[in-house]
Amino acid sequence: MSQANGGASRASFGQTNPHRPSGARIEPLDCGLTPLYSRVLMSNLTAPGRLFPHRHLLGIEGLAPDDLIQLLDLADEAVEVSRQVEKKKATLRGRTQINLFFEASTRTQASFELAGKRLGADVMNMSVGSSSIKKGETLIDTAMTLNAMRPDLIVVRHHSAGAVQLLARKVDCSVINAGDGQHEHPTQALLDALTIRRNKGRIRGLVVAICGDILHSRVARSNLILLNALGADVRVVGPSTLLPIGIENMGAKVFTNMREGLKDADIVMMLRLQRERMNGSFVPSVKEYFRYFGLDSEKLAHAKPDALVMHPGPMNRGVEIASDIADGAQSLIREQVEMGVAVRMAVLEALSRHLPNSEARA
Amino acid sequence: MTTQRPVLIINAHLVDPLTATETQGSLAIENGVIHAWGRAIDASAPPEGALVIDGRGRTLTPGLVDLRAFVGEPGAEHRETLSSASRAAAAGGVTTVVSMPETNPPVDDPAVVDYLVRRAREKAGIRLLPAAGLTKGLKGKEMTEIGLLREAGAVFFTDGARSVANAQVMRRALTYARDFDALIVHHIEDADLADGGVMNESELSSRLGLPGIPREAETIMLERDISLVRLTGGRYHAAMVSCAASLDIIARAKQEGLPVTCGVSINTLTLNENDISTYRTFLKLSPPLRGEDDRRAMVEGVASGLIDVIVSDHNPQDVETKRRPFAECADGAIGLETMLSAALRLVHSGDVTLPRLMQALALHPANLINLPQGRLLKGAPADLILFDPDEPFVLNPDTLHSRCKNTPFDGARLQGRVHMTMVGGRIVHEA
Repeated sequence: MSQANGGASRASFGQTNPHRPSGARIEPLDCGLTPLYSRVLMSNLTAPGRLFPHRHLLGIEGLAPDDLIQLLDLADEAVEVSRQVEKKKATLRGRTQINLFFEASTRTQASFELAGKRLGADVMNMSVGSSSIKKGETLIDTAMTLNAMRPDLIVVRHHSAGAVQLLARKVDCSVINAGDGQHEHPTQALLDALTIRRNKGRIRGLVVAICGDILHSRVARSNLILLNALGADVRVVGPSTLLPIGIENMGAKVFTNMREGLKDADIVMMLRLQRERMNGSFVPSVKEYFRYFGLDSEKLAHAKPDALVMHPGPMNRGVEIASDIADGAQSLIREQVEMGVAVRMAVLEALSRHLPNSEARA
Repeated sequence: MTTQRPVLIINAHLVDPLTATETQGSLAIENGVIHAWGRAIDASAPPEGALVIDGRGRTLTPGLVDLRAFVGEPGAEHRETLSSASRAAAAGGVTTVVSMPETNPPVDDPAVVDYLVRRAREKAGIRLLPAAGLTKGLKGKEMTEIGLLREAGAVFFTDGARSVANAQVMRRALTYARDFDALIVHHIEDADLADGGVMNESELSSRLGLPGIPREAETIMLERDISLVRLTGGRYHAAMVSCAASLDIIARAKQEGLPVTCGVSINTLTLNENDISTYRTFLKLSPPLRGEDDRRAMVEGVASGLIDVIVSDHNPQDVETKRRPFAECADGAIGLETMLSAALRLVHSGDVTLPRLMQALALHPANLINLPQGRLLKGAPADLILFDPDEPFVLNPDTLHSRCKNTPFDGARLQGRVHMTMVGGRIVHEA
């Protein structure tokens, strides 16, 4: 499961992109390739693109290492697109993308919107909130209604685990999970992996400490699965009340002491602690939480000197992370946001190849 | 009472839970009660005017007695009515159903019990007996009129799927009920510990991102109840146990000689948490489906007799309440019609003998509520079913008689089809 190689020979996925600057792929891959193998890979760039083998992106679970690498490679190219003056591709021209958000989100929704627009899709945002649930319309009703409008891609965020899977069963288009309850948030994990790979040159063998509220975090779940699949050495760090049952069997070493958990870490990934969980229900107080689990320079000093700090946002400064760390030299937090757009472009593009009349299918 | 035409069922495989025997032979019914059964009956000379039924070698047993079903009346007729529940039960070989009090209004008043008893006589082909609430409004605060409700026909007292959190209320109810020899049936779950949980707490719940309910929510409540039974001497039945640790508690209580019994739902007995897989909402149940180890313990509990009864926990839920994201949908699954064939899985797997299974499905539940049913005995009501335990089929929910189709056995391969159901010597279902 942790073998990330093998598929790389087919990872010539983005070759149809005319904007890709030559040599962009020389990004070191984390798949343990021998140099010879890498050259074979390079020469394969003109081979036909491998079709992403899934119609939906519902979670990281179920994706093979090849699939993940394919998406990351494609995202690397999307980064270049976003850095041009002309930030446009025509991949999704004529396609309709609906961002269906049952849970408020600024950055994820904006990120998906930009991603869709940069690929030329018509993007519509729907923030359902809880109002239409109160009106009595079920998720399935909403899905059927939208489906009748013939979208090509639906991006869904919902407060209930499994809701996106449920919706995917009822519609004809491709569905992307933008976060479902405490289950998964696959594009966040992909953007985190992309950020890591671009900064460290690899993922395999890196020590990644995921810190904070693991229990309620879909980001932690998706990251655990993805980082394990790509061969990282994953740790989770947090108070026992915020660690899920059986986490030790999910491919993570468990620490309840931040200093031990961060020791020699390459990547420190902080998670947001929801306000309603700070006042005695899961942890006694913000003050106590920050004392033991907030990332400050003293705790960060236990990690490797070149360790990098990440946070999926939005941050609670002074709760899980000190301001000077969040804005400091080791912080990748702003870069994560940029990678977010790229990864979402990659996902939209990969899934769009399954759509009817797609060039890749034809 | 008008005399009924005598019935003679010949050429049957008779399974009697009381004597735990299996015999080839015939069974004679007169005036709606069992007159005689066994090898000795002369099948060639039926009484004059008798209806002779050829059993064709199929299994003839007492009809099932189900101590836990939600039937919708009054107040939730869109989910189930007495007549639809009755048709489902008859098709599933269930001849006596005890209805739960979580109706609207709840069954906490003798007038509602009376209404149900009379309406069941009109609408139901099978025997439908109401259970009454243990506390007023099922709110867990003040006990109901246990004496009057019992006189009106309530067979036991329970707050249905709600637990009585207050130990003082439970203590008083157990103490008071003892004077009427009334049975108290309790849903064992500590509401605070289970709060927010939607499935068994396990590695799987962590993976699915669903809040879990620990087994301790059940065992803590059960331990408390057993202590109160020891204190009061009231008759107590744990409605549905779901984990191995609960069976240890029950075993100790029984060893001590306390008046304690327990049941298990057919779902807990035949399914486990892995069946939830891709958030299948029809498997969202209370108590939640546990792991396979717990399920195995339940099967052994039935085989050893430690678990007294198997219930369907029939709970019809419509599209509105079930076609939602897992955490948001209602608990419950229908079960009246599939209880027998699902339970036969335990026989086919070699874990439980057929007579033992029929004890848990018919004899023991009948005994708990002092019914003469559940046995092949001269003078017992002729509530009987004829079925082929081996006949295979794939369950098609559209063929079910319940008003709701939320079956966890959708598309499942099952064995055992009921060909005839008889209540008081009258045929109420034939297939």
